[in-house]
Amino acid sequence: MKTVFTRTPTLKDCPTHYCPGCGHGIAHRLIAETIDELNIRDRTIGIAPVGCAVLEYNYIDVDMVEVAHGRAPAVATGMKRTNPDKIIFSYQGDGDLAAIGTAEIIHAAHRGEQITVIFINNAVFGMTGGQMAPTTVLGQVTATTPQGREPTSEGYPLQVCELLAVLPGAIYIERCSVYNPAQVRKAKKAVKHAFELQVSGAKGLSLVEVLSPCPTYWRMTPVKAMEWIEKEMTKAFPLGRFKG
Amino acid sequence: MCGNEALGEASIIAGVDAYFGYPITPQNEITAYMSRRMPEEGRVFVQSESELAAINMVFGASATGKRAMTTSSSPGISLMQEGISYLAGAELPAVVVNVMRGGPGLGNIAPSQGDYFQATRGGGHGDYRTIVLGPSSVQELVDCMPLAFDLADEYRMPVVVLADGILGQMMEPIVLQKKSQRKLPPKDWTLTGAKGRDQNIVRSLWLKEGALEELNYKLQARYKEVEKNEVLCEEYLVDDAEIVVVAYGVSARIVRGAVDKARQDRIKAGWIRPITLWPFPTEQISKAADELRIFLVVEMSCGQMVEDVKLAVAGKAPVVFYGRAAGGVPTVDEILERIKQLTIPTKRAK
Repeated sequence: MKTVFTRTPTLKDCPTHYCPGCGHGIAHRLIAETIDELNIRDRTIGIAPVGCAVLEYNYIDVDMVEVAHGRAPAVATGMKRTNPDKIIFSYQGDGDLAAIGTAEIIHAAHRGEQITVIFINNAVFGMTGGQMAPTTVLGQVTATTPQGREPTSEGYPLQVCELLAVLPGAIYIERCSVYNPAQVRKAKKAVKHAFELQVSGAKGLSLVEVLSPCPTYWRMTPVKAMEWIEKEMTKAFPLGRFKG
Repeated sequence: MCGNEALGEASIIAGVDAYFGYPITPQNEITAYMSRRMPEEGRVFVQSESELAAINMVFGASATGKRAMTTSSSPGISLMQEGISYLAGAELPAVVVNVMRGGPGLGNIAPSQGDYFQATRGGGHGDYRTIVLGPSSVQELVDCMPLAFDLADEYRMPVVVLADGILGQMMEPIVLQKKSQRKLPPKDWTLTGAKGRDQNIVRSLWLKEGALEELNYKLQARYKEVEKNEVLCEEYLVDDAEIVVVAYGVSARIVRGAVDKARQDRIKAGWIRPITLWPFPTEQISKAADELRIFLVVEMSCGQMVEDVKLAVAGKAPVVFYGRAAGGVPTVDEILERIKQLTIPTKRAK
């Protein structure tokens, strides 16, 4: 029998703690594949966020650090400035990057730090129980917006790519998704490009936002969650390349 | 050189690889000095967007095995407490200099010793300690920088250098030390890319039942070692003293002047100056309390270190406090007055 697909070595062979239908597993695989394809495992350092992906180092087999909520871009700055030959990536959720860590991501981009950021947007705080995130879409019911997100009191979904794309220090900004295989392949290309830029020594920050399903806190089946990304979430968060 | 610049140069000699900082008075000379000197040495300087970011940049550099430091003053150090707790939990070395100013809140920019509790009790969340050095002159500030980096590396924990606005701004002649010769353990835990080895992980989250408890006991055992090996304190005219004044940092220098004056007035006054504020010289003070004498604690705060002195004295002798708060600096005569009030005139030699 011919093998057409296999687990990439940097993705550990173990079950994850993620819920059924969660998007983290797909995003982890795309990163691990990229690391193996670029042959950079022995000089890559990853930064795990606070959130559901805090145990990312159990799944991606590179040197990793776990940091305070939102501070990954500052930690990445300290790492990359002192180790310009290393490949530094952070993996952050929407609570981590777009709420508590807004200052850190904006200033890391603003300084043009040569790091790669994978930003997982699932429109809720997953680990703490499905509360409103800055990226929760209007009308979306969460643990802390029982009547649905109301713009006059809770604001509008925060568009991180659009916000960062205006900064000269950000050299590559793209939003993609994983709601079907074609989108996963596009996301893979984006993740790989973001790493390649850093490997090539390009001067600036690259960020890939991934619209990712959270069936548990969206109260949907995994299939419905994927449909919801395509039909609803992409209205608030249009896919595409914003910079670079 | 002013104290702020001197500690910067001393850190460069001590081998600091990276400096991260955010401007705040009265320590701005350090950041400005490092912005010039670090690039000259081919090392890293970043002016961060906040103290939160600065301490996390230190965290990142330290996780890769580099010697990293930040400096700030009281309100900025409060912002760093999150990062210091994470450094402690992740067992990362780091050097943090606090050039203290008056508080609480925005306070003022005058010298103060109001952050003693914050520094010696950990400061952030969780059961942890930081080593705290309290230099009292620009020379000692310079000398304690290489020590701070060595202690941080040896025990894999943050070290706080607790200075104040006077030390930071004061100019004194100094002799810069050579790099220290302390033998340090190899850094085999660092994140350098998993080349020819399994992945290394630097973390402070331990969810498995009992795992965090185990980490805490490991840290506590290390803290015991620090308490056993690293206490520094200076004693002056204690042997025959009927009154021992305990003070640290800049206030200790003023106290020494008062002790000398008291001796001229034939009052048997002595002086104990903790140099490490944690580990605290509990044993030395306890020993001094075995004789019949009174303790006076002088601080530029409303009374913080006095609690440690009371714990050390353990009821064996009276402990009296005199302090000035939030920018108030006690004078030699103020302290001399207290010494006189506390010693019985008839006991004085005629």
